[in-house]
Amino acid sequence: MCLAVPGKILKIKDDDPLSCRADVSFGGFVREISLMLVPGASVGDYAVVHAGFAISIIDEDEAGKVIADLEIALGNDSGDDETT
Amino acid sequence: MKFLDEYRDSSAALKIAESINGMVSRKWRIMEVCGGQTHSIVRFGINTMLSESVDFLHGPGCPVCVTPAERIDDAITLACREEVIFCTFGDMMRVPGTSVDLMSARSRGADVRIVYSPLESLDIARQFPDKRVVFFGIGFETTAPLIAASILQADARDCRNYHVLSSLRLIPPAIEMVLSAEDRPIDALLAPGHVCTITGVEPYRVLSEKYGVPIVITGFEPVDILSGVKTAIGLLELSENDVVNDYSRSVRLEGNTEAQRIIDRVFESENAEWRGLGSISISGLKIRDEFLKFDAASEFGLSNAASADEKRNECIDVLMGRMKPEECSAFGSECSPDHPLGPLMVSSEGACAAYYRYR
Repeated sequence: MCLAVPGKILKIKDDDPLSCRADVSFGGFVREISLMLVPGASVGDYAVVHAGFAISIIDEDEAGKVIADLEIALGNDSGDDETT
Repeated sequence: MKFLDEYRDSSAALKIAESINGMVSRKWRIMEVCGGQTHSIVRFGINTMLSESVDFLHGPGCPVCVTPAERIDDAITLACREEVIFCTFGDMMRVPGTSVDLMSARSRGADVRIVYSPLESLDIARQFPDKRVVFFGIGFETTAPLIAASILQADARDCRNYHVLSSLRLIPPAIEMVLSAEDRPIDALLAPGHVCTITGVEPYRVLSEKYGVPIVITGFEPVDILSGVKTAIGLLELSENDVVNDYSRSVRLEGNTEAQRIIDRVFESENAEWRGLGSISISGLKIRDEFLKFDAASEFGLSNAASADEKRNECIDVLMGRMKPEECSAFGSECSPDHPLGPLMVSSEGACAAYYRYR
């Protein structure tokens, strides 16, 4: 029920703070999403989207760090490109 | 998809599982709070990857499951009114009230529509000004700001035919009910990443300190969940009670402050009934008087008072970790997803329904 999926912001369609509609791509499937809960979001950001609203912007540095830490901890620090 | 596929990598998941199995020195009981995590754990067989020393208990975190049967009856009553278009998330269609569900109301001619977002029901309200459009507002902190946003938009645009049948619940009071039990069944908690995306870390720090339990904020994919378990086991093995944010790509320390502001603007907290579990104090949200015209219960004269659902002791035993789903005498016989006797069998995110489906 609290399912939320990451999508890439392609285009911000209005700047009305009560709607903030944007086109967001989920692996190529584009849907109109409200950015009103994530002021400051920009085109190119990845948003975590729940039921038509972005609820956060993915911190790409944090995401990269967690995957890198994981690979080091698992002894898989071979430089494999698993984060793309 | 970026930020999804890497967290579903089965070789990484297996390696983390192996590493966890090498760390455990005794039996540890870990409760994941969120029904979405329960579903992932059973669906991907995460519990079967780990040694028997890691015991998963499944928490109360499925809003579909805990919506009182009487609230679903209210939904059906409204849906059957001639002037109403009733909108709901798809998950609620097959959840029975005290007798029937919304699906059967629709088959009898009620105008019940499945929507992806509350904003879709607001669009329907604008499209059909002669109808009254009611959105079934169920969910936890993750969904509350979206429903608040739809009410603020309706207010700003003077959309008077949009109403919300609200049944929102809050997670920390339900966790507190589990943690404060005399025979507390759990050693550590995995906290729900999307709820925490809204609320931030602080409510969980308070619970961790008050009850001396490690809490790890965790995402929903197999690698996320296993990483969360690994962090939790690490804390338990060192006897450290701490709160760790393992879902930092989405959860900020302070949470989503804009979402918090909107929730607070539209709702106030109240005591609330949880299906099969009874009343939990200050665990629900109700629409503030200022926005009462958007409150379907008030507009249509339904009772907003929490009516007492029947408690089932077996469900509480499963929830409190005293019993596994399949150990319940009703599991799979009298109680199944088609005929649920209690909250945990009601939706696919309930622990019993997940066991029924995947085992």
